[in-house]
Amino acid sequence: MSEKVLITGNEAIGEAAIQAGCRFFFGYPITPQNTIPEYLSYRLPQVGGCFVQAESEIAAIYMVFGAAGAGARVLTSSSGPGISLKQEGISYIAAAELPCVIVNVMRGGPGLGGILPSQSDYFQATKGGGHGDYHLLVLAPSTVQETVNLVMDAFDLADKYCNPVMVLADGYIGQMMEPVEFKKRPSKELLAKDWAVTGAKNRPRSLIKSLYLNPEELEQHNLKLHKKYLEMAEYEVRVETYLTSDAEIIIAAYGTVARISKTAIKILREKGIKVGLVRPITVFPFPYKTFADISEKVDDVLVVEMSLGQMIEDVKLGVCGRAKVHFYGRVGGMVPTYDEIVREVDKIKESKA
Amino acid sequence: MMKAVFRRPKSMFSVPTHYCPGCGHGIIHRLLAEVIDEFGIREKVVGVAPVGCSVLIYNYINCDMYEAAHGRAPAIATGCKRVHPDLIVFTYQGDGDLASIGTAEIVHAATRGENITVLFVNNAVYGMTGGQMAPTTLLGQKTTTSPFGRASKREGYPIRIAEMLATLEGATYVTRVSVHSPRAIIAAKRALKKAFEIQINGLGFSLVEFLSQCPTGWGISPTEATKWVEEKMIPYFPLGEFKVPKSEKSLK
Repeated sequence: MSEKVLITGNEAIGEAAIQAGCRFFFGYPITPQNTIPEYLSYRLPQVGGCFVQAESEIAAIYMVFGAAGAGARVLTSSSGPGISLKQEGISYIAAAELPCVIVNVMRGGPGLGGILPSQSDYFQATKGGGHGDYHLLVLAPSTVQETVNLVMDAFDLADKYCNPVMVLADGYIGQMMEPVEFKKRPSKELLAKDWAVTGAKNRPRSLIKSLYLNPEELEQHNLKLHKKYLEMAEYEVRVETYLTSDAEIIIAAYGTVARISKTAIKILREKGIKVGLVRPITVFPFPYKTFADISEKVDDVLVVEMSLGQMIEDVKLGVCGRAKVHFYGRVGGMVPTYDEIVREVDKIKESKA
Repeated sequence: MMKAVFRRPKSMFSVPTHYCPGCGHGIIHRLLAEVIDEFGIREKVVGVAPVGCSVLIYNYINCDMYEAAHGRAPAIATGCKRVHPDLIVFTYQGDGDLASIGTAEIVHAATRGENITVLFVNNAVYGMTGGQMAPTTLLGQKTTTSPFGRASKREGYPIRIAEMLATLEGATYVTRVSVHSPRAIIAAKRALKKAFEIQINGLGFSLVEFLSQCPTGWGISPTEATKWVEEKMIPYFPLGEFKVPKSEKSLK
């Protein structure tokens, strides 16, 4: 498939997974991601795969645990409340070092919250989410095309690090239709999974576990996991910088909000205010260095989120007091408009005049 | 000529277990290893260990294994079996694991008719955490969290898992056995063999509930514990087959 197709973000996630060699999906319905399981429930059987609607998100994530442990490329998807239910299993998967891909099509919270787009799960996604000392590798797309590319990359990254990878989308990206190209990738040999549970034939048996009763052993295990996170920080950081070279003010935003910010930047530049954008694509590992560098050049960074301030904490760590960090956020399914962002930048500009 | 009449099953590692004297887990582990050996399937068997005393079953049974979170073993078994339908997948679960925190997972694995075998060990108490009330704790039974004895008005009734799962269309074979006497152990092995045979023949979900002794959790001697199974547990948890394959002939 190389021509462009018009497709929703959710369906594109399903198709991208299939094209990345994923043949197993386990999930549970929740709005606004239902078209992912719906799409895969008819597509997976067409390619010899398997779709199971689990009894709960908890069961779904442990089916993922079982399938990943058996060596398969496997996907699950959900939204806020469902992702919360999966956290127990995600912790076990991270501990057992199993590769899998988890999609969160974020909606507003807390609690049942709402079903409209939000970025309220940033902390949950980037700081571990479940119990214990672990991280997911988290990719945050801002277009449907980028979602497709990142879902495909997510499977490779999961295999590379033997770690769960989360694609952190939002209700807009999931529901929006855009023309998308499923680019044929150079066929790479998949990494061998000699640790997988496949029956102990002509080899010592495989054991997939997370229990280390001896504290020295658990500490070693923790350090081993930590080393992976450091490697991710060294090799996997992805960030887009847009019109930053001459910028006097930088907007920091990811996902849908970054797109809206680009429109705001265009309007601001027409008015003669030089604004640029730093858009983290990996939110774990976070592009701290980009923000460190940018803070040498500008005095003001405006963080815009569909939350009341979550990514801002990482931006501040990157900026480290060298620039002033401002914030604008809308929540509950309300989305910042480009004129609201323009107004916020104007305010920063006026305060300096 | 000397003839060996007793030896360790090939599927068991040559190590002592960590179980208390009089515990039933060691017996059930051995039955499992014997059945695996007798079918000659060790190289295609995958086990899922529970949370609880028997989490370390993988230190004793020599086959590919997962260690599950509390109650989630049937979901992990589902994921594995869907990827490798030719593997023989079992879960080994205690009463807190299967009958309390994992009721949703076991009910739905059974109702989907997953072609897996479940070993459910019911000893009416939480062993590893130190003797707290289980969903199968008998009325009147004292535990560290039912210190006055389980009362139906306060703690509800003990749950009969085998009978409950036998009502599900998706379950193929559901039986309850015991390991409190040599005779009971022989019958238990027969049931376990049948359960694996059902899976090997692709007939669907099979579950063997084992009534088992926990002298430490019950605060009595191993000998008294076997009597307690006979006199207290079996009257409430009757032994027998609650669901058998529609056509017993389909078993070869």
